[in-house]
Amino acid sequence: MNDLYIIITASLVASSCALLGCYLILRKMAMVGDAISHAVLPGIVIAFLISGSRDSMTMLIGAGLIGILTTFLIEFLHKKARLQTDASIGVTFTWLFAIGVVLISLFAGKVDLDQDCVLYGEIAYVPLDTLIIGNQSIGPRALYIMGMILTAIILFIVFGYKELFLTTFDPAYATAIGISTTLWHYLLMGAVSATTVASFESVGAILVVALLIAPAATAYLLTDNLKWMLVFACIAGVAASVTGYYIAVWLDGSIAGAIAMMAGIIFIIAMLFSPTHGIFTKKFSRTAAADS
Amino acid sequence: MNEEIITPALEVHDLTVAFDRKPVLWNIDLKLPEGKLVGIIGPNGAGKSTLIKAVMGLLPLSSGYVKLFDHPIDEVRKKISYVPQRESVDWDFPASVLDVVLMGRYGKLGLFRRPRKADYDVALDCLKKVGMEAYINRQISQLSGGQQQRTFLARALAQQADIYFMDEPFAGVDAATEKAIISLLRTMTEAKKTVIVVHHDLQSVTQYFDWVLLLNTRLIACGPTATTFTQQNLQETYGGKLTLLSDVGDLIRREHFPNREGVIKQPKTI
Repeated sequence: MNDLYIIITASLVASSCALLGCYLILRKMAMVGDAISHAVLPGIVIAFLISGSRDSMTMLIGAGLIGILTTFLIEFLHKKARLQTDASIGVTFTWLFAIGVVLISLFAGKVDLDQDCVLYGEIAYVPLDTLIIGNQSIGPRALYIMGMILTAIILFIVFGYKELFLTTFDPAYATAIGISTTLWHYLLMGAVSATTVASFESVGAILVVALLIAPAATAYLLTDNLKWMLVFACIAGVAASVTGYYIAVWLDGSIAGAIAMMAGIIFIIAMLFSPTHGIFTKKFSRTAAADS
Repeated sequence: MNEEIITPALEVHDLTVAFDRKPVLWNIDLKLPEGKLVGIIGPNGAGKSTLIKAVMGLLPLSSGYVKLFDHPIDEVRKKISYVPQRESVDWDFPASVLDVVLMGRYGKLGLFRRPRKADYDVALDCLKKVGMEAYINRQISQLSGGQQQRTFLARALAQQADIYFMDEPFAGVDAATEKAIISLLRTMTEAKKTVIVVHHDLQSVTQYFDWVLLLNTRLIACGPTATTFTQQNLQETYGGKLTLLSDVGDLIRREHFPNREGVIKQPKTI
């Protein structure tokens, strides 16, 4: 049962990240995902210090706000200080992450967080932290949180599909016809922040980046259709979670590490068998042609 | 210089746009009539693209205001359509021609609503008008330059707007596509639509446009092509004499380089 809990939680994390990752890649903002996943650290610590609990809602809000602050700072440094985007990303997220590290070390006694947990997460403990209603344990807390996050993201993408599509493809045109690029940008970044925080308990701040980018990058190589890209990204993410888990069990190693490693290996497979060269992908392009 | 226009489609008053305090557009005052095909002419770096972007509110204005059909821009967004420069988007984006053309319907649809049968019909009809009906489900990454331009044009048409801003729609397209586009623009203006086109090629100006707007940081002239597109105005636009705001040496140097149309060669479209 514990195996199953871990695999399902990992799959939920991977799917949530994969869906958002598709948009990050298409917006050429993959590194912004990286930045947000690190920069939310002070948000988590501060939320913890204020609320005194690891209650997920407080943390989500705290980290969500910091995530949006991060995007804002990146834009600000880029536009006002006239720094290149990559440089402004580098400055912003390392700075915020460092503040987080300092805060953790300062309040180490009071904060039930340590650097290892923050960086690498510990998905193996997921089944231990159960949600109890009445006297009945109804399964791991993380499972429910990630379930809610994934549902929220799917709703966000379903209802905002055309706005996300247009603001990603052609922001200038979107603005011209009266669709706010800024609004959708910050909504997406808010979603990335929330997902990162919810995921980071399980997979940690570094590995969440792998799940944001690798499955989406895999899907990008496999299809020319955004809807299929979203689907393939989820499949790649879930596949990485399942195979990664069993490899970790087999090797008796870090589960999160194995999952991220598998995400990379799946990406390499997709790259080797990409639409222009592969045997594998020709099958996909045929279905895509039949579909269209 | 300006003729009196009773109901202007576009009115720009005292518009200045500056990047880092360096003015790109200076004190632009103009009115454009409805139902005309208007060409914006000027050398590279004259602020032609900046002008249409500023008019559509895509750039912050340093001063001045813009009115479309006598309303502030945000009240008439649904009447505006825009054809950005072809190179401004990533054509490797996972989308089909139909996906892109349907974007033209998004503004009218509003939040949360999906395109319906009627929207698909409009999109297909517009693709027919630009001669792209054979490529409806083609991935946009597989289009030639001319086909990309037609796709953008179909998207703008699908909006059924009243005023169209087009940023160099003829850049890098072949002669056949250019002719097809211009005759389409003609039918649009006949239907009382206003079409404003950033244009590079001086040769075709008199043939294509009803009105011209000569621009080089400041507005040189704006009026019917016959009376405005004169030797003297051109001289002034293209650096025949020193202006206060532009460095003439810079201008002359630019003149020696071939413009973009000359450089980009695109495969034949049809």
